[in-house]
Amino acid sequence: MQNPILRIVNLKKHFRSSAGFLGRRAAIIKALDGVSLDVGKGETFGLVGESGCGKSTLGKTILGIYRPTHGSVFFEGRDITHLSRKEMVKLRKNIQYVYQNPGSSLDPRWNVKKILAEPLMIHSSAGVAAVEKQVEEMMEAVGLTKEQLSLYPHEFSGGQQRRLGLARILTLNPKVVILDEPTSGLDVSVQATILKLFRDLKFRFHLTYLFISHNLGVVQMMCGRVAVMYGGKIVELGETSRLFAEPLHPYTKVLLAAIPVVGKRREEGLSLSGEPPNPAEFPSGCRFWPRCAYREDLCTAEEPSLVTVKEGRAVSCHRIA
Amino acid sequence: MDGSGNNVLLNVNRLTVHFHTDRGLVRALDHADLRVSRGEVVGLIGESGSGKSTLARSVLRILPFSAEIAEGEISLSGEDLLAMKESDLNNRVRGRGITLIPQDPFTSLNPVYSIGTQMEDIVRWKGSAGIGEGPAGAKVIEILERVQIPSPRDQIGKYPHQLSGGQRQRILIAMALLPGPALVIADEPTTALDVTVEAQILQLMKSLVLGKGISVLFITHDLGVASQICHRIVVMYAGQDMEEAPVDVLFSNPRHPYTKELLESLPNAEGTIRDIPGEVPNLIQPPPGCRFHPRCSRANNLCALVLPEKKTVAEGHRVRCLYPLEA
Repeated sequence: MQNPILRIVNLKKHFRSSAGFLGRRAAIIKALDGVSLDVGKGETFGLVGESGCGKSTLGKTILGIYRPTHGSVFFEGRDITHLSRKEMVKLRKNIQYVYQNPGSSLDPRWNVKKILAEPLMIHSSAGVAAVEKQVEEMMEAVGLTKEQLSLYPHEFSGGQQRRLGLARILTLNPKVVILDEPTSGLDVSVQATILKLFRDLKFRFHLTYLFISHNLGVVQMMCGRVAVMYGGKIVELGETSRLFAEPLHPYTKVLLAAIPVVGKRREEGLSLSGEPPNPAEFPSGCRFWPRCAYREDLCTAEEPSLVTVKEGRAVSCHRIA
Repeated sequence: MDGSGNNVLLNVNRLTVHFHTDRGLVRALDHADLRVSRGEVVGLIGESGSGKSTLARSVLRILPFSAEIAEGEISLSGEDLLAMKESDLNNRVRGRGITLIPQDPFTSLNPVYSIGTQMEDIVRWKGSAGIGEGPAGAKVIEILERVQIPSPRDQIGKYPHQLSGGQRQRILIAMALLPGPALVIADEPTTALDVTVEAQILQLMKSLVLGKGISVLFITHDLGVASQICHRIVVMYAGQDMEEAPVDVLFSNPRHPYTKELLESLPNAEGTIRDIPGEVPNLIQPPPGCRFHPRCSRANNLCALVLPEKKTVAEGHRVRCLYPLEA
């Protein structure tokens, strides 16, 4: 891709688990183990996978919340992997993270006005009146009213708290927004309202979204391109509509087949045995082989790499590449 | 099986439940009806605050102290559960006639006992009509085999934290089936699981329940999950039961405006997003009459005055609406 807004090159994040308690041994947990991808300006890029696949770790490592163990992150062509604290603070204006649980990421002792004004106080030199005006505008942009500025977070519903979470980061006019499970825990009717808002805000503020979700239906609806993660790596990447219509990796196939569809009984036999691997002890070779119906000798011996198999589609599987 | 006739196992009539809170009286359930026949899997679906868990808890009479059953009847096999003494409930209903598969496999098992011990306790206290003869340990092994726990003899000494989420949910299902219940209440049993594990658990529940004479009240907010396992669906909204129909009919031909809009708000491949205008009402001051009327495009003045009776629009298909949609 030419001039991606975000370029991630072989990014790894390994955690060391603590030893000692009840005789447990220390282990290296390979939460993120070599991910490369480009995100273009204005894209909504989806990251999907089951719990423990590394999708949230990827989001947090991009932003420097976690220091990467290996690899680089480029923002608008500039390597931001090893910025100093001070430089990182400046950069964070451009890349913002919306946390999974908005209720617990809003300070319960602050009223909404204070919560929304805080980022502006840190990042801009605007005067009090200008900040106040911007805060009011942002409330309206996310579908709330300026009368609600004196309220506290607990006085809002789950859907409204998500709106507040968005309003808070949008005051900084970011370029990239990382949405971590932005609809989990919401009822379907509220979910639809919030998704609509994401779409409106994207056009209005020219945003690029990195959309992390385990909800494949939502990703299908919102994202232009999508990467499927398994065991800390990308197993398949491509245009969402084509990937959903014709998944190539065996894991993508069973993952899509496992989505319960309204009004349609699932066909027998397409379900997947076993559970996702433990990131402290991955199997040798391909990380998916213990659950794979198509495994061959090569799969247990050698790890496949992500290879472009056709226009815009990359797959990490020995059978396909 | 449409819930009528003599085959009714669970019968809930005009159930009205209030919670006394500091902020006022929460009107959690408003004249809700529910029938479950023998061998039937009924899905109770609705968004949060719709009253589905309150209804299930009323059946087991495990509501918190702040709750009050203001009106209504609940019977199991014709026996009045609301009039039953606590001791009878404990001996014959809770954990025996009716068992519960809880939502969260991570907190529902006791962390300080091995799973074998926890399961043998059930056999001792509640019996094991769900499986054959033999000592408690053998029965536990047998039921673990049935829920497809690999090499169960090696697993019974393990503690909950040594098992994965999917395995723990299998054990909770085994525990619910051990006493040979007539009715299993499954409260969002797959919500905490990943989608591939969820598919396995649904497949397992189907194989253990369908055609075995066990009835299930399957509570979920996920309409896709309900599609996989239920015979019949009851849709709840803000404490009222709005519509009930066989599963295929409900999803292909919804007649209540709420059900239709709920289905339309699901994510779809076309990428068009449709939401339901307005918000779920506050149940301290719920809208009078039909509680959906403030958000309903078909509502008129009458809807705010009366709670409609449920009317039958087709066989097994009943709608609580004055102006149901055309077929």
